Amino acid sequence: MEVPVLGWKDLPMAAVPFVSSKAYDTGEWAVFQPKINPDKCVKCGLCWMYCPDSVYRWDGEGIPEPDLGHCKGCGICAEECPTKAIEMVRV
Amino acid sequence: MQAVWRPDIKELARKELETRPFESGHRLCAGCGAGIIVRQILMAARKPVVWINATGCVEVATTIFPYTSWNVPWAHNAFENAAAVGSGVEAAQKKLKRAGRFADDPDVELDYDIVVLGGDGGTYDIGLQSLSGALERRHKFMYVLYDNEAYMNTGIQRSGGTPFGARTTTTPVGKVIKGKPLFKKPIMDIVVAHQIPYAATVSPAYWNDAVMKFRKGFEAEGPAFIHAFSTCPLGWGSRPEDTVKLMKLAVETCVFPLYEVINGEYRLNGPSLAIAKNPDKKKPVEEYLKLQGRFRHMFKPENKWMIEKFQEWVDKQWELLLKKAGF
Repeated sequence: MEVPVLGWKDLPMAAVPFVSSKAYDTGEWAVFQPKINPDKCVKCGLCWMYCPDSVYRWDGEGIPEPDLGHCKGCGICAEECPTKAIEMVRV
Repeated sequence: MQAVWRPDIKELARKELETRPFESGHRLCAGCGAGIIVRQILMAARKPVVWINATGCVEVATTIFPYTSWNVPWAHNAFENAAAVGSGVEAAQKKLKRAGRFADDPDVELDYDIVVLGGDGGTYDIGLQSLSGALERRHKFMYVLYDNEAYMNTGIQRSGGTPFGARTTTTPVGKVIKGKPLFKKPIMDIVVAHQIPYAATVSPAYWNDAVMKFRKGFEAEGPAFIHAFSTCPLGWGSRPEDTVKLMKLAVETCVFPLYEVINGEYRLNGPSLAIAKNPDKKKPVEEYLKLQGRFRHMFKPENKWMIEKFQEWVDKQWELLLKKAGF
């Protein structure tokens, strides 16, 4: 998503943020990022539940999919995965 | 009485996927516990939510101009008036409903829940007076305190919530004084003394218990207060991947017991209830302390008394809580 460039006259009154932070790629911070082994995954959803960055997309049925563009690589999901299906790989 | 709502992880996931109330791309540290707390509050929502945010990590990191991570109505306040703004929003909502304004306007929704989120600095220290006032006036909102035990956003200064012995930038470890010499303020006792309908402690690692308590907070008839435990890898010197592990250990060592107070009646929950029934399950505090850099000096042989003092304090608080809960 492109961030519009506004002059001071076009800015909203007071400090109102107006661009979704989805446009800001925090994935650049990461050194390691998760990779899910689909054979080991039991679809419990704990990686989704414990992600502080709302990175996992999960419809409740399939295997959760991490949005690596925003993953900061904290590794909570790999640590908490009950079957150790998540591996942190260097990016 | 209606049936008790139980969270279903699949349903919660679908709801989040659809609405994305808290978007990615905010700049909380990797492994920050506060992000999990915010998500769990929004998972528990039953109506549209209006979010009042005191100054703190969450406020600073999620709304860096021109970006915002919030897809819910959101207002920023100073440290000291978050609960006061929450009161104002609630009073306006009540008044508009009573006056029948916007009743036939499909664009305006007046049936919403109010969340006030404050950090430990904004609740224990600076915002205590406005919180106390709002609780006394019985405004119907949920105040959530995410307690990362220091002013992390401004550079790890000690707060009323900092535990004994912790190293912060204003309580450094020196030759004579080693870390904070004082103990944590009993904020739950202060809040419970206001005789509010619902108060609870929450550890996001026990997500089922946490989401259910947030829901109960929304459903309470009057002010609700939730004390949520939030790991801070930066300020605590812990590994980011240990965030959830520390949240679990804090409960298992009774440093942060899980309980709820419904109209003055104490009730232990989950693992804390199990420990109360079987005291052998209680772990020593060392297991919790050793994962954190801020307590590293306690493990030197000459500072062993500090761990003993910490354990003594935890045991005493736990005994007091057991008495209140009728054990």
